[in-house]
Amino acid sequence: MANYPSELKYTKDHEWARVDGDVVRIGVTAYAVEMLGDITLVDLPKVGAKLEEHGRFGDIESVKTVSELFSPIAGEVVEVNDKLDGSPELVNEDCYTKGWMIAVKATGSLDALMDAAAYTAFVASLDH
Amino acid sequence: MAFWKISSVPRVTTEALARTPLFDAHKALGGRIVPFAGWELPVQYAGLLKEHAAVRTAAGIFDVSHMGEMRIEGVKAEAFIDSLVTGDISKLADGKALYTVSCKEDGTILDDLIVYRRTRDNLAARQDSEQKNLHSRFMIVMNASNREKIATHFGKHAAPFVAAKELTFADISDETALLAIQGPKAVEVMKHAGADEAITSLTSFSLIEGTVHGIRVIAARTGYTAEDGFELFVHPEDATRLWNALLAAGQPFGIEPCGLGCRDTLRLEGRLSLYGHELDETTNPLEAGLGWVTKLDKAADFLGKKALIAIKEAGLTRKIVGFEMVGRGIGRHGYPIHAWTGSETPGTAVGLVTSGSPAPTLDKNIGLGYVPSALSEVGTKIGIEIRGKLIEAVVVKTPFYKRQK
Repeated sequence: MANYPSELKYTKDHEWARVDGDVVRIGVTAYAVEMLGDITLVDLPKVGAKLEEHGRFGDIESVKTVSELFSPIAGEVVEVNDKLDGSPELVNEDCYTKGWMIAVKATGSLDALMDAAAYTAFVASLDH
Repeated sequence: MAFWKISSVPRVTTEALARTPLFDAHKALGGRIVPFAGWELPVQYAGLLKEHAAVRTAAGIFDVSHMGEMRIEGVKAEAFIDSLVTGDISKLADGKALYTVSCKEDGTILDDLIVYRRTRDNLAARQDSEQKNLHSRFMIVMNASNREKIATHFGKHAAPFVAAKELTFADISDETALLAIQGPKAVEVMKHAGADEAITSLTSFSLIEGTVHGIRVIAARTGYTAEDGFELFVHPEDATRLWNALLAAGQPFGIEPCGLGCRDTLRLEGRLSLYGHELDETTNPLEAGLGWVTKLDKAADFLGKKALIAIKEAGLTRKIVGFEMVGRGIGRHGYPIHAWTGSETPGTAVGLVTSGSPAPTLDKNIGLGYVPSALSEVGTKIGIEIRGKLIEAVVVKTPFYKRQK
Protein backbone atom coordinates (compact mmCIF):
# COMPACT_ATOMS: atom_id res chain seq x y z
CA MET A 1 0.00 0.00 0.00
CA ALA A 2 1.45 3.37 -0.98
CA ASN A 3 2.11 5.81 1.85
CA TYR A 4 1.43 9.55 2.01
CA PRO A 5 3.32 11.28 4.85
CA SER A 6 1.08 13.51 6.92
CA GLU A 7 3.45 16.49 7.00
CA LEU A 8 3.37 16.91 3.20
CA LYS A 9 0.91 18.65 0.90
CA TYR A 10 -0.27 17.08 -2.34
CA THR A 11 -1.62 17.90 -5.81
CA LYS A 12 -3.98 16.11 -8.20
CA ASP A 13 -1.00 15.56 -10.52
CA HIS A 14 0.61 13.43 -7.83
CA GLU A 15 3.32 15.83 -6.70
CA TRP A 16 4.12 16.50 -3.05
CA ALA A 17 5.40 19.70 -1.48
CA ARG A 18 7.21 20.26 1.84
CA VAL A 19 8.28 23.49 3.49
CA ASP A 20 12.01 23.15 4.15
CA GLY A 21 13.33 26.27 5.84
CA ASP A 22 12.75 29.10 3.37
CA VAL A 23 12.29 26.87 0.32
CA VAL A 24 9.58 24.43 -0.74
CA ARG A 25 10.88 21.00 -1.73
CA ILE A 26 8.94 19.14 -4.42
CA GLY A 27 8.75 15.56 -5.70
CA VAL A 28 6.30 12.91 -6.90
CA THR A 29 4.18 10.70 -4.69
CA ALA A 30 4.32 6.97 -4.07
CA TYR A 31 1.17 6.65 -6.19
CA ALA A 32 2.95 8.25 -9.15
CA VAL A 33 5.89 5.90 -8.67
CA GLU A 34 3.60 2.89 -8.51
CA MET A 35 1.91 3.92 -11.76
CA LEU A 36 5.13 4.73 -13.58
CA GLY A 37 7.12 1.66 -12.62
CA ASP A 38 10.90 1.63 -12.82
CA ILE A 39 12.02 5.19 -13.51
CA THR A 40 14.77 5.64 -16.05
CA LEU A 41 15.05 9.39 -16.63
CA VAL A 42 14.10 12.57 -14.80
CA ASP A 43 14.27 15.82 -16.76
CA LEU A 44 14.52 18.80 -14.43
CA PRO A 45 14.83 22.57 -14.97
CA LYS A 46 17.94 24.60 -14.26
CA VAL A 47 18.49 26.67 -11.11
CA GLY A 48 16.98 30.07 -11.70
CA ALA A 49 14.03 28.83 -13.79
CA LYS A 50 10.80 30.62 -12.98
CA LEU A 51 7.81 28.38 -12.46
CA GLU A 52 4.09 29.07 -12.52
CA GLU A 53 1.55 27.37 -10.32
CA HIS A 54 0.54 24.15 -12.18
CA GLY A 55 3.28 24.94 -14.70
CA ARG A 56 5.23 22.10 -16.26
CA PHE A 57 8.71 21.93 -14.79
CA GLY A 58 10.00 18.79 -16.41
CA ASP A 59 9.40 15.18 -17.43
CA ILE A 60 9.72 11.84 -15.75
CA GLU A 61 10.23 8.72 -17.81
CA SER A 62 9.85 5.09 -16.91
CA VAL A 63 10.72 2.25 -19.25
CA LYS A 64 7.32 2.37 -20.88
CA THR A 65 6.05 5.95 -20.49
CA VAL A 66 6.79 9.66 -20.29
CA SER A 67 4.89 11.88 -17.87
CA GLU A 68 5.04 15.61 -17.28
CA LEU A 69 5.88 17.15 -13.91
CA PHE A 70 3.76 20.10 -12.72
CA SER A 71 4.74 22.57 -10.02
CA PRO A 72 2.40 22.79 -7.02
CA ILE A 73 3.34 26.46 -6.55
CA ALA A 74 4.75 29.46 -8.35
CA GLY A 75 8.33 30.52 -7.63
CA GLU A 76 11.97 30.33 -8.65
CA VAL A 77 13.99 27.11 -8.74
CA VAL A 78 16.89 27.46 -6.27
CA GLU A 79 17.97 23.81 -5.94
CA VAL A 80 17.86 20.83 -8.31
CA ASN A 81 18.56 17.23 -7.26
CA ASP A 82 21.45 16.41 -9.61
CA LYS A 83 21.74 12.91 -8.17
CA LEU A 84 18.65 11.93 -10.17
CA ASP A 85 20.62 12.41 -13.39
CA GLY A 86 22.77 9.31 -12.86
CA SER A 87 20.43 7.56 -10.44
CA PRO A 88 16.79 8.05 -11.42
CA GLU A 89 15.99 4.92 -9.41
CA LEU A 90 16.34 7.03 -6.25
CA VAL A 91 12.78 8.15 -6.95
CA ASN A 92 11.62 4.52 -6.81
CA GLU A 93 13.66 3.88 -3.66
CA ASP A 94 12.48 6.88 -1.69
CA CYS A 95 10.29 9.40 -3.44
CA TYR A 96 9.83 11.65 -0.37
CA THR A 97 13.43 12.18 0.74
CA LYS A 98 16.26 10.88 -1.49
CA GLY A 99 14.05 11.26 -4.56
CA TRP A 100 13.24 14.96 -4.12
CA MET A 101 13.39 16.83 -7.39
CA ILE A 102 13.49 20.62 -7.02
CA ALA A 103 13.46 23.23 -4.28
CA VAL A 104 11.58 26.42 -5.03
CA LYS A 105 11.59 29.89 -3.44
CA ALA A 106 7.82 30.13 -3.38
CA THR A 107 5.84 33.23 -4.31
CA GLY A 108 2.53 31.56 -3.53
CA SER A 109 1.27 29.51 -0.58
CA LEU A 110 0.67 25.81 -0.05
CA ASP A 111 -2.72 26.36 1.61
CA ALA A 112 -4.76 25.37 -1.43
CA LEU A 113 -3.02 22.00 -1.73
CA MET A 114 -4.49 18.76 -0.38
CA ASP A 115 -3.36 17.34 2.91
CA ALA A 116 -2.52 13.65 3.29
CA ALA A 117 -6.07 12.63 4.17
CA ALA A 118 -7.58 14.46 1.19
CA TYR A 119 -4.93 13.03 -1.16
CA THR A 120 -5.51 9.51 0.13
CA ALA A 121 -9.23 9.92 -0.58
CA PHE A 122 -8.46 11.38 -4.00
CA VAL A 123 -6.24 8.42 -4.93
CA ALA A 124 -8.88 5.97 -3.72
CA SER A 125 -11.40 7.60 -6.06
CA LEU A 126 -9.23 7.04 -9.13
CA ASP A 127 -9.89 4.06 -11.32
CA HIS A 128 -7.10 1.56 -10.61
CA MET B 1 4.32 13.46 -44.72
CA ALA B 2 1.97 10.53 -45.30
CA PHE B 3 4.95 8.47 -46.48
CA TRP B 4 6.27 8.28 -42.95
CA LYS B 5 3.08 7.55 -41.12
CA ILE B 6 3.25 4.36 -39.07
CA SER B 7 -0.30 3.08 -38.67
CA SER B 8 -1.18 2.15 -35.13
CA VAL B 9 -2.66 -1.11 -33.93
CA PRO B 10 -6.46 -0.79 -33.99
CA ARG B 11 -7.97 -1.00 -30.53
CA VAL B 12 -11.30 -2.55 -29.66
CA THR B 13 -13.21 0.18 -27.88
CA THR B 14 -16.84 -0.83 -28.25
CA GLU B 15 -16.72 -4.46 -27.23
CA ALA B 16 -15.83 -5.78 -23.81
CA LEU B 17 -12.21 -6.84 -23.42
CA ALA B 18 -11.46 -10.55 -23.61
CA ARG B 19 -9.68 -12.54 -20.91
CA THR B 20 -7.39 -15.50 -21.25
CA PRO B 21 -7.94 -18.61 -19.07
CA LEU B 22 -5.15 -17.30 -16.82
CA PHE B 23 -6.78 -13.99 -15.84
CA ASP B 24 -7.47 -15.07 -12.26
CA ALA B 25 -3.94 -16.47 -11.95
CA HIS B 26 -2.52 -13.10 -13.04
CA LYS B 27 -4.61 -11.20 -10.49
CA ALA B 28 -3.60 -13.64 -7.74
CA LEU B 29 0.06 -12.98 -8.57
CA GLY B 30 -0.44 -9.23 -8.33
CA GLY B 31 -0.38 -8.66 -12.07
CA ARG B 32 -1.27 -5.13 -13.15
CA ILE B 33 -3.94 -5.66 -15.80
CA VAL B 34 -4.09 -3.37 -18.85
CA PRO B 35 -5.99 -3.46 -22.15
CA PHE B 36 -3.97 -4.83 -25.06
CA ALA B 37 -5.28 -5.66 -28.54
CA GLY B 38 -8.75 -6.24 -27.14
CA TRP B 39 -7.58 -8.30 -24.17
CA GLU B 40 -7.03 -7.76 -20.44
CA LEU B 41 -3.44 -8.78 -19.79
CA PRO B 42 -0.77 -8.14 -17.15
CA VAL B 43 1.76 -5.49 -18.11
CA GLN B 44 3.90 -6.44 -15.10
CA TYR B 45 3.87 -8.28 -11.76
CA ALA B 46 6.96 -7.69 -9.60
CA GLY B 47 8.20 -4.98 -11.95
CA LEU B 48 9.47 -4.64 -15.50
CA LEU B 49 13.19 -4.51 -14.70
CA LYS B 50 13.02 -7.48 -12.33
CA GLU B 51 11.08 -9.56 -14.87
CA HIS B 52 13.37 -8.57 -17.75
CA ALA B 53 16.43 -9.57 -15.70
CA ALA B 54 14.83 -12.88 -14.73
CA VAL B 55 14.39 -13.84 -18.40
CA ARG B 56 18.00 -12.94 -19.18
CA THR B 57 19.53 -14.76 -16.17
CA ALA B 58 17.06 -17.41 -15.03
CA ALA B 59 13.56 -17.94 -16.46
CA GLY B 60 10.34 -16.09 -17.07
CA ILE B 61 6.89 -17.34 -17.93
CA PHE B 62 4.45 -15.46 -20.16
CA ASP B 63 0.77 -15.91 -20.91
CA VAL B 64 0.45 -15.30 -24.65
CA SER B 65 -2.94 -16.95 -25.09
CA HIS B 66 -4.25 -13.81 -26.77
CA MET B 67 -2.31 -14.73 -29.92
CA GLY B 68 -4.31 -16.30 -32.74
CA GLU B 69 -3.87 -19.75 -34.27
CA MET B 70 -5.10 -21.39 -37.45
CA ARG B 71 -5.11 -25.09 -38.31
CA ILE B 72 -4.66 -25.94 -41.99
CA GLU B 73 -4.46 -29.58 -43.04
CA GLY B 74 -4.72 -31.55 -46.24
CA VAL B 75 -3.02 -32.49 -49.50
CA LYS B 76 -2.98 -28.87 -50.70
CA ALA B 77 -2.14 -27.32 -47.30
CA GLU B 78 1.54 -26.83 -48.13
CA ALA B 79 0.91 -25.31 -51.57
CA PHE B 80 -1.85 -23.08 -50.15
CA ILE B 81 0.25 -21.63 -47.34
CA ASP B 82 3.21 -21.28 -49.71
CA SER B 83 1.05 -19.01 -51.87
CA LEU B 84 0.30 -16.56 -49.04
CA VAL B 85 3.65 -16.19 -47.23
CA THR B 86 7.10 -15.04 -48.26
CA GLY B 87 8.91 -18.04 -46.77
CA ASP B 88 9.51 -21.30 -48.61
CA ILE B 89 7.05 -23.75 -47.06
CA SER B 90 8.06 -26.47 -49.53
CA LYS B 91 11.38 -26.60 -47.70
CA LEU B 92 9.84 -26.70 -44.21
CA ALA B 93 10.41 -30.18 -42.80
CA ASP B 94 8.14 -32.17 -40.52
CA GLY B 95 8.30 -30.93 -36.97
CA LYS B 96 9.89 -27.59 -37.89
CA ALA B 97 8.73 -24.00 -37.52
CA LEU B 98 9.35 -20.99 -39.76
CA TYR B 99 9.11 -17.25 -39.04
CA THR B 100 7.68 -15.47 -42.07
CA VAL B 101 5.35 -12.69 -43.21
CA SER B 102 2.14 -12.58 -45.21
CA CYS B 103 1.82 -9.70 -47.67
CA LYS B 104 -0.75 -7.95 -49.79
CA GLU B 105 -0.43 -7.81 -53.56
CA ASP B 106 1.59 -4.60 -53.30
CA GLY B 107 4.14 -6.26 -51.01
CA THR B 108 3.08 -4.51 -47.82
CA ILE B 109 2.80 -6.60 -44.66
CA LEU B 110 -0.44 -8.04 -43.32
CA ASP B 111 1.21 -9.80 -40.38
CA ASP B 112 4.32 -11.61 -39.26
CA LEU B 113 3.65 -15.26 -38.51
CA ILE B 114 5.17 -18.50 -37.40
CA VAL B 115 4.22 -21.49 -39.56
CA TYR B 116 4.54 -24.91 -37.89
CA ARG B 117 4.52 -28.13 -39.87
CA ARG B 118 3.28 -30.83 -37.54
CA THR B 119 4.36 -34.42 -37.68
CA ARG B 120 1.80 -36.95 -38.79
CA ASP B 121 2.09 -38.97 -35.63
CA ASN B 122 3.70 -38.65 -32.22
CA LEU B 123 7.05 -40.08 -33.20
CA ALA B 124 10.08 -37.95 -33.98
CA ALA B 125 9.95 -35.90 -37.20
CA ARG B 126 10.61 -37.78 -40.37
CA GLN B 127 12.18 -36.31 -43.46
CA ASP B 128 10.29 -38.51 -45.92
CA SER B 129 9.84 -36.24 -48.93
CA GLU B 130 7.27 -38.49 -50.58
CA GLN B 131 5.10 -38.59 -47.49
CA LYS B 132 5.35 -34.78 -47.17
CA ASN B 133 3.17 -34.05 -50.17
CA LEU B 134 0.38 -36.34 -49.15
CA HIS B 135 -1.43 -35.05 -46.14
CA SER B 136 0.27 -32.21 -44.29
CA ARG B 137 -0.79 -30.68 -40.99
CA PHE B 138 0.08 -27.07 -40.29
CA MET B 139 -0.54 -24.61 -37.50
CA ILE B 140 0.02 -20.90 -37.99
CA VAL B 141 0.34 -18.37 -35.17
CA MET B 142 -0.68 -14.77 -35.84
CA ASN B 143 -0.60 -11.61 -33.72
CA ALA B 144 -3.58 -10.99 -31.46
CA SER B 145 -4.13 -7.64 -33.16
CA ASN B 146 -4.40 -9.31 -36.56
CA ARG B 147 -6.32 -12.41 -35.64
CA GLU B 148 -9.55 -11.54 -37.47
CA LYS B 149 -7.74 -10.01 -40.42
CA ILE B 150 -5.48 -13.01 -41.01
CA ALA B 151 -8.12 -15.66 -40.33
CA THR B 152 -10.44 -13.94 -42.81
CA HIS B 153 -7.68 -13.51 -45.39
CA PHE B 154 -6.47 -17.10 -45.19
CA GLY B 155 -10.02 -18.44 -44.93
CA LYS B 156 -11.10 -16.56 -48.03
CA HIS B 157 -8.20 -17.86 -50.10
CA ALA B 158 -8.66 -21.37 -48.71
CA ALA B 159 -12.33 -21.53 -49.74
CA PRO B 160 -11.84 -23.11 -53.20
CA PHE B 161 -9.48 -25.75 -51.76
CA VAL B 162 -11.93 -26.47 -48.99
CA ALA B 163 -14.75 -26.84 -51.51
CA ALA B 164 -12.61 -29.29 -53.50
CA LYS B 165 -11.86 -31.18 -50.23
CA GLU B 166 -8.16 -30.58 -50.69
CA LEU B 167 -7.69 -28.96 -47.32
CA THR B 168 -9.49 -28.10 -44.11
CA PHE B 169 -9.18 -24.69 -42.49
CA ALA B 170 -10.05 -23.61 -38.96
CA ASP B 171 -9.45 -20.62 -36.72
CA ILE B 172 -8.53 -22.48 -33.51
CA SER B 173 -7.63 -19.41 -31.44
CA ASP B 174 -10.48 -19.92 -28.97
CA GLU B 175 -9.49 -23.53 -28.33
CA THR B 176 -5.82 -22.77 -27.88
CA ALA B 177 -4.02 -21.27 -24.92
CA LEU B 178 -0.31 -20.46 -25.20
CA LEU B 179 2.38 -20.17 -22.54
CA ALA B 180 5.98 -19.19 -23.16
CA ILE B 181 8.81 -20.10 -20.82
CA GLN B 182 12.02 -18.27 -21.68
CA GLY B 183 15.50 -17.94 -20.25
CA PRO B 184 18.79 -19.84 -19.79
CA LYS B 185 17.16 -22.00 -17.11
CA ALA B 186 14.02 -22.75 -19.17
CA VAL B 187 15.16 -26.29 -20.03
CA GLU B 188 15.93 -27.13 -16.41
CA VAL B 189 12.56 -25.79 -15.30
CA MET B 190 10.82 -27.87 -17.96
CA LYS B 191 12.72 -31.01 -16.85
CA HIS B 192 11.84 -30.30 -13.23
CA ALA B 193 8.20 -29.92 -14.30
CA GLY B 194 8.29 -33.40 -15.81
CA ALA B 195 8.35 -32.48 -19.49
CA ASP B 196 8.95 -35.37 -21.90
CA GLU B 197 12.56 -35.88 -22.88
CA ALA B 198 11.45 -35.49 -26.50
CA ILE B 199 10.35 -31.95 -25.60
CA THR B 200 13.40 -30.86 -23.61
CA SER B 201 15.67 -32.19 -26.36
CA LEU B 202 13.92 -30.24 -29.12
CA THR B 203 16.31 -28.26 -31.30
CA SER B 204 15.72 -24.61 -32.11
CA PHE B 205 12.56 -23.96 -34.16
CA SER B 206 11.36 -27.56 -33.82
CA LEU B 207 8.09 -28.74 -32.36
CA ILE B 208 6.57 -31.94 -31.02
CA GLU B 209 3.44 -33.14 -29.23
CA GLY B 210 3.99 -34.45 -25.73
CA THR B 211 3.28 -33.86 -22.08
CA VAL B 212 4.49 -31.56 -19.34
CA HIS B 213 3.46 -32.56 -15.81
CA GLY B 214 1.05 -35.00 -17.45
CA ILE B 215 -0.63 -32.20 -19.45
CA ARG B 216 -0.87 -32.59 -23.23
CA VAL B 217 0.88 -29.84 -25.16
CA ILE B 218 2.36 -29.00 -28.53
CA ALA B 219 5.81 -27.75 -27.56
CA ALA B 220 7.99 -25.59 -29.81
CA ARG B 221 11.53 -24.42 -29.15
CA THR B 222 10.70 -20.86 -30.14
CA GLY B 223 10.23 -17.51 -28.46
CA TYR B 224 10.16 -13.73 -28.65
CA THR B 225 12.84 -12.83 -26.13
CA ALA B 226 16.19 -13.67 -27.79
CA GLU B 227 16.69 -16.35 -25.09
CA ASP B 228 16.36 -20.12 -25.15
CA GLY B 229 12.90 -21.35 -24.33
CA PHE B 230 9.67 -23.04 -25.27
CA GLU B 231 6.24 -22.02 -26.41
CA LEU B 232 3.58 -24.43 -25.20
CA PHE B 233 0.23 -24.73 -26.95
CA VAL B 234 -2.30 -26.18 -24.54
CA HIS B 235 -6.05 -26.64 -24.21
CA PRO B 236 -7.59 -23.65 -22.40
CA GLU B 237 -8.90 -25.93 -19.66
CA ASP B 238 -5.35 -27.09 -18.87
CA ALA B 239 -3.71 -23.67 -19.07
CA THR B 240 -3.89 -22.76 -15.38
CA ARG B 241 -2.63 -26.17 -14.27
CA LEU B 242 0.31 -25.94 -16.66
CA TRP B 243 1.08 -22.34 -15.60
CA ASN B 244 1.06 -23.30 -11.92
CA ALA B 245 3.14 -26.42 -12.54
CA LEU B 246 5.82 -24.44 -14.35
CA LEU B 247 5.84 -21.67 -11.77
CA ALA B 248 6.23 -24.22 -8.98
CA ALA B 249 8.94 -26.16 -10.82
CA GLY B 250 10.73 -22.90 -11.58
CA GLN B 251 10.88 -21.56 -8.00
CA PRO B 252 14.32 -23.08 -7.20
CA PHE B 253 15.63 -21.57 -10.42
CA GLY B 254 14.33 -18.06 -9.82
CA ILE B 255 11.43 -18.08 -12.28
CA GLU B 256 9.29 -14.94 -12.49
CA PRO B 257 5.88 -14.44 -14.08
CA CYS B 258 6.43 -11.87 -16.84
CA GLY B 259 4.11 -9.34 -18.43
CA LEU B 260 3.76 -7.35 -21.63
CA GLY B 261 6.13 -4.67 -20.42
CA CYS B 262 9.26 -6.77 -20.29
CA ARG B 263 8.09 -8.76 -23.31
CA ASP B 264 8.57 -5.58 -25.31
CA THR B 265 11.96 -4.60 -23.84
CA LEU B 266 13.25 -8.15 -24.30
CA ARG B 267 12.20 -8.42 -27.95
CA LEU B 268 13.57 -4.94 -28.71
CA GLU B 269 17.01 -5.86 -27.39
CA GLY B 270 16.91 -8.89 -29.70
CA ARG B 271 15.80 -6.72 -32.63
CA LEU B 272 12.57 -8.65 -33.11
CA SER B 273 9.83 -6.84 -35.01
CA LEU B 274 6.50 -5.84 -33.55
CA TYR B 275 3.48 -5.49 -35.85
CA GLY B 276 2.09 -2.01 -35.66
CA HIS B 277 5.60 -0.68 -35.07
CA GLU B 278 8.23 -1.97 -37.54
CA LEU B 279 5.66 -3.78 -39.65
CA ASP B 280 2.27 -2.67 -40.96
CA GLU B 281 0.29 -2.23 -44.15
CA THR B 282 2.48 0.67 -45.29
CA THR B 283 5.80 -1.21 -45.03
CA ASN B 284 7.33 -4.10 -46.97
CA PRO B 285 9.57 -6.84 -45.54
CA LEU B 286 12.62 -5.73 -47.53
CA GLU B 287 12.78 -2.26 -46.01
CA ALA B 288 11.76 -3.64 -42.59
CA GLY B 289 14.93 -5.70 -42.43
CA LEU B 290 13.09 -8.95 -43.12
CA GLY B 291 14.73 -9.69 -46.46
CA TRP B 292 15.97 -12.91 -44.85
CA VAL B 293 12.41 -14.25 -44.56
CA THR B 294 11.49 -13.12 -48.10
CA LYS B 295 12.37 -15.91 -50.51
CA LEU B 296 11.90 -14.17 -53.85
CA ASP B 297 13.53 -17.09 -55.63
CA LYS B 298 11.29 -19.78 -54.15
CA ALA B 299 9.52 -21.91 -56.74
CA ALA B 300 5.99 -21.06 -55.65
CA ASP B 301 4.33 -17.80 -56.56
CA PHE B 302 3.00 -15.91 -53.55
CA LEU B 303 0.83 -12.86 -52.99
CA GLY B 304 3.13 -9.84 -53.23
CA LYS B 305 5.99 -11.66 -54.96
CA LYS B 306 5.85 -9.58 -58.15
CA ALA B 307 5.70 -6.31 -56.25
CA LEU B 308 8.58 -7.27 -53.95
CA ILE B 309 10.78 -8.29 -56.87
CA ALA B 310 10.14 -4.88 -58.46
CA ILE B 311 10.84 -3.11 -55.14
CA LYS B 312 14.10 -5.01 -54.76
CA GLU B 313 15.11 -4.18 -58.33
CA ALA B 314 14.38 -0.48 -57.88
CA GLY B 315 16.43 -0.35 -54.66
CA LEU B 316 15.13 0.59 -51.20
CA THR B 317 14.60 4.29 -50.51
CA ARG B 318 14.32 3.75 -46.75
CA LYS B 319 15.32 1.07 -44.23
CA ILE B 320 14.78 0.13 -40.64
CA VAL B 321 17.94 0.67 -38.60
CA GLY B 322 18.84 0.11 -35.01
CA PHE B 323 20.06 3.13 -33.06
CA GLU B 324 21.52 3.94 -29.70
CA MET B 325 20.95 7.26 -27.96
CA VAL B 326 24.15 9.27 -27.50
CA GLY B 327 22.65 12.38 -25.91
CA ARG B 328 20.41 12.33 -22.90
CA GLY B 329 16.93 11.14 -23.78
CA ILE B 330 14.87 8.19 -24.91
CA GLY B 331 13.68 8.03 -28.53
CA ARG B 332 10.24 6.43 -28.56
CA HIS B 333 7.65 5.12 -31.04
CA GLY B 334 6.44 7.95 -33.25
CA TYR B 335 9.29 10.40 -32.57
CA PRO B 336 10.68 11.97 -35.79
CA ILE B 337 14.21 11.23 -36.96
CA HIS B 338 16.43 13.89 -38.53
CA ALA B 339 19.87 13.96 -40.10
CA TRP B 340 22.30 15.06 -37.39
CA THR B 341 23.65 18.58 -37.87
CA GLY B 342 25.06 19.13 -34.39
CA SER B 343 22.27 21.54 -33.53
CA GLU B 344 19.42 20.75 -31.16
CA THR B 345 16.99 22.75 -33.28
CA PRO B 346 14.87 20.42 -35.44
CA GLY B 347 14.68 21.05 -39.18
CA THR B 348 12.74 18.72 -41.46
CA ALA B 349 12.24 15.13 -40.32
CA VAL B 350 13.48 12.41 -42.68
CA GLY B 351 12.40 9.34 -40.70
CA LEU B 352 10.45 7.96 -37.75
CA VAL B 353 11.15 5.90 -34.64
CA THR B 354 9.14 2.65 -34.76
CA SER B 355 10.15 1.35 -31.33
CA GLY B 356 12.38 2.73 -28.59
CA SER B 357 12.97 2.38 -24.90
CA PRO B 358 15.66 1.81 -22.30
CA ALA B 359 17.45 -1.52 -22.75
CA PRO B 360 17.75 -2.87 -19.20
CA THR B 361 20.35 -5.54 -20.03
CA LEU B 362 22.57 -3.13 -21.95
CA ASP B 363 22.13 -0.04 -19.74
CA LYS B 364 21.54 2.03 -22.86
CA ASN B 365 18.58 3.62 -24.59
CA ILE B 366 17.94 1.90 -27.92
CA GLY B 367 15.45 1.93 -30.73
CA LEU B 368 14.47 0.97 -34.24
CA GLY B 369 13.29 3.36 -36.91
CA TYR B 370 12.97 4.14 -40.60
CA VAL B 371 15.63 6.34 -42.15
CA PRO B 372 16.47 7.15 -45.77
CA SER B 373 18.85 4.52 -47.17
CA ALA B 374 21.61 7.16 -47.31
CA LEU B 375 21.54 7.39 -43.49
CA SER B 376 21.37 3.65 -42.84
CA GLU B 377 25.08 2.82 -42.51
CA VAL B 378 26.27 1.70 -39.07
CA GLY B 379 28.00 4.64 -37.41
CA THR B 380 25.80 7.32 -39.04
CA LYS B 381 24.75 10.03 -36.60
CA ILE B 382 21.06 10.88 -36.50
CA GLY B 383 18.95 13.23 -34.46
CA ILE B 384 15.88 12.05 -32.57
CA GLU B 385 13.32 14.79 -31.98
CA ILE B 386 12.29 14.54 -28.32
CA ARG B 387 9.74 17.12 -27.16
CA GLY B 388 10.93 19.76 -29.59
CA LYS B 389 14.69 19.20 -29.20
CA LEU B 390 17.05 17.16 -31.36
CA ILE B 391 19.06 14.66 -29.34
CA GLU B 392 22.02 12.83 -30.87
CA ALA B 393 21.81 9.11 -31.63
CA VAL B 394 23.92 6.75 -33.72
CA VAL B 395 23.01 3.89 -36.08
CA VAL B 396 24.30 0.61 -34.64
CA LYS B 397 24.48 -3.03 -35.63
CA THR B 398 21.61 -5.27 -34.56
CA PRO B 399 20.65 -7.31 -32.72
CA PHE B 400 21.54 -5.10 -29.77
CA TYR B 401 21.73 -8.20 -27.57
CA LYS B 402 22.69 -11.76 -28.45
CA ARG B 403 22.49 -14.57 -25.96
CA GLN B 404 25.50 -16.66 -25.13
CA LYS B 405 25.20 -20.09 -26.73
